[in-house]
Amino acid sequence: MDSPTPEAFAGRTTVAAPSQLAVGFARLLRGAGVAVPIASVIGFADALTVLGVETRDHVYWAGRTTLLTRPEDEAMFERAFAVFWERRHAVVEATEAEEQHITLTIDTGEDDDDNTDAGTPPSDDETIDLRFSAAEVLRDKDFAEYTSDELELSQQMMSRLRLVGTPRASRRLIRSKRSTGALDLRRTVQSALRTDGEAIERHNRRQGERLRRLVLLLDVSGSMEPYARALVRFVHAAVAGRQKVEAFAIGTRLTRVTRELSSRDPDRALSEAAQRVHDWSGGTRLGDCLRQFNDEWGVRGMARGAIVVIMSDGWDRGDPLQLAEQMSRLHRVTFSTVWVNPLKVTPGYAPLARGMAAALPYVDHFVEGHSVSAMEQLANVISGNVISGQVVPLQTARGNGKRASA
Amino acid sequence: MTDSFATTVDEVTAALTTHGYLPDAGLATAILLALRLKRPLLLEGEAGVGKTEVAKVLARWTGGELIRLQCYEGIDVSQAVYEWDYSRQLIHLRTAEAAGQRGGMEIDQDRLENELYTERFLTKRALLRAIERREGPPPILLIDEIDRADDEFEAFLLEVLSDFQITVPELGTFSADDPPIVILTSNRTRDVHDALKRRCLYHWVEHPDFEREVAIVRLRVPDVDATLTRQVAAAVEAMRALNLYKPPGVAETIDWTAALGVLGATKLTEALVEATLGTVLKYREDQQRVRGPGGVADLVKQAFERGFAHS
Repeated sequence: MDSPTPEAFAGRTTVAAPSQLAVGFARLLRGAGVAVPIASVIGFADALTVLGVETRDHVYWAGRTTLLTRPEDEAMFERAFAVFWERRHAVVEATEAEEQHITLTIDTGEDDDDNTDAGTPPSDDETIDLRFSAAEVLRDKDFAEYTSDELELSQQMMSRLRLVGTPRASRRLIRSKRSTGALDLRRTVQSALRTDGEAIERHNRRQGERLRRLVLLLDVSGSMEPYARALVRFVHAAVAGRQKVEAFAIGTRLTRVTRELSSRDPDRALSEAAQRVHDWSGGTRLGDCLRQFNDEWGVRGMARGAIVVIMSDGWDRGDPLQLAEQMSRLHRVTFSTVWVNPLKVTPGYAPLARGMAAALPYVDHFVEGHSVSAMEQLANVISGNVISGQVVPLQTARGNGKRASA
Repeated sequence: MTDSFATTVDEVTAALTTHGYLPDAGLATAILLALRLKRPLLLEGEAGVGKTEVAKVLARWTGGELIRLQCYEGIDVSQAVYEWDYSRQLIHLRTAEAAGQRGGMEIDQDRLENELYTERFLTKRALLRAIERREGPPPILLIDEIDRADDEFEAFLLEVLSDFQITVPELGTFSADDPPIVILTSNRTRDVHDALKRRCLYHWVEHPDFEREVAIVRLRVPDVDATLTRQVAAAVEAMRALNLYKPPGVAETIDWTAALGVLGATKLTEALVEATLGTVLKYREDQQRVRGPGGVADLVKQAFERGFAHS
């Protein structure tokens, strides 16, 4: 590293200007994966000018305050700080090194080697013929039997799904055509001016509507793998296509992937998400992950009044009682809780997985999730107008866990 | 002007302590930088770690007026910046009309309209009041729970916080000679937009360590027995290790100590903990966990050991 380092507490004799030091350190941080905009670097340089670079704590806190914007980056900062300012060698954590095999590679037409889930890999000439009616056939085909070409095609179909979500009343008032509701004084005064100050015409306002937040939790454990690679495309379509969608991956731990998936370019979004999720195709600890979700995000506000969709087969290595407790906590704050289980469609399926059985009492809508047409059904459930083919009014859309499990 | 308040981290720490707030080194540095670099300070952290309190103590210290903007979903310009006082405008219109009739004069529409849109009829809300020209020290603008407001409002705020300037179309532009000291807080129910974060200095507020917590409680509830305070802080520390849904914050420690003080307690007993548990733990499941096996007795025992260890 040829960046300048301060003398004082690093024990060197040359002192570079604060701005040089700031730039050098910022470069190191960026290299470590922390997003550091140029404005922050300027802020850091200013801060160093104010505080000086003589005291370790001052430099440390100046950096924390100006360069970091979220607590997740703290560990990385800590390490970069030690390397740059204290000339210590970086301790590489095991988690960083394990670039384990990630099945979420993007399927470009030529590589046919990772679609082992489909019994027979299709030959190249077949695929071209199939394209014509592929969309029709594909709609009902089980995700687990997809070839990589079909996976890509399904991506397009899913990105066309419109996830509307049920609206809720907003605190923001909007112009109303009817003469009921709160008086819109601003507009009333304006039109009174036109009639010599006589308020003849009255205008009213009514409550506007906002979309509910949609939170998607995708199980990426080994047992879900054949489905997860298709479902993650659904999640991407949802995150990239609409505001107020949050996405998490659950496996042995919880990973927030909203940012990674928000890129419009599906290939980029998926590979970024795959890099972020370290435990892809690992085990499942649904209870622990849900607890983490509830503690850090859900109950605090993200799940409040939201539609929460959990996509999982319900196979859980943890304690079912814990899962039940966390599901009940979640269910108490959400508007509706949807569980998508790709195995539900299997003939003779009964929710025998302990986790699934424990969670069901707290699920409002239990739906399939094995094919594109099942995802269309899910989109309908999320919009709040259709459940199992029948129209359900908004008020009763809640608290019908019993029916869902039937 | 704000330079005169403090030039070193130690001065900030000393000044805040005098005014009833004990910051750690990180927070003191962040505050000093916010004052010196004139940048807004965004504070995130668990509920009850004293984020809002920072703004209050800054107001006490600098003597600037505390202007608080509590954010909520749907907050808009008319609630955050300004609103015309429509009722008074209407009355004014009626009066002008009546006077016009009596005098037998034609009403001059343009003049009337100009009269309506003057500062006289302007109701100033928090943001506008914060950047108005004024005598004395700059105000402290507290934008509380920014994560509750909508994205649109955040974008608007971004504009105000970069220029400290607000335009009222009918009237003109207000701008601050001496920008307010701005503290934003967020409970992190959602991510605040990056663009807004970039404008701000950022500090994650942690739970204080044991000794600092004791000192904070002593400062805020000075009448309560010192040993009891240590025991309460120790009990709270033990609770935080229990993996609760809502680990108690400093605010709860203060509340609990005050509650025990009201009850005239001088030391923590099992019966007292049982009776006052509701001031610290506000989830049924959390209370059950503490009352579980070993539970309260264990907690009191730990509190005793820790409480006496240093006193």
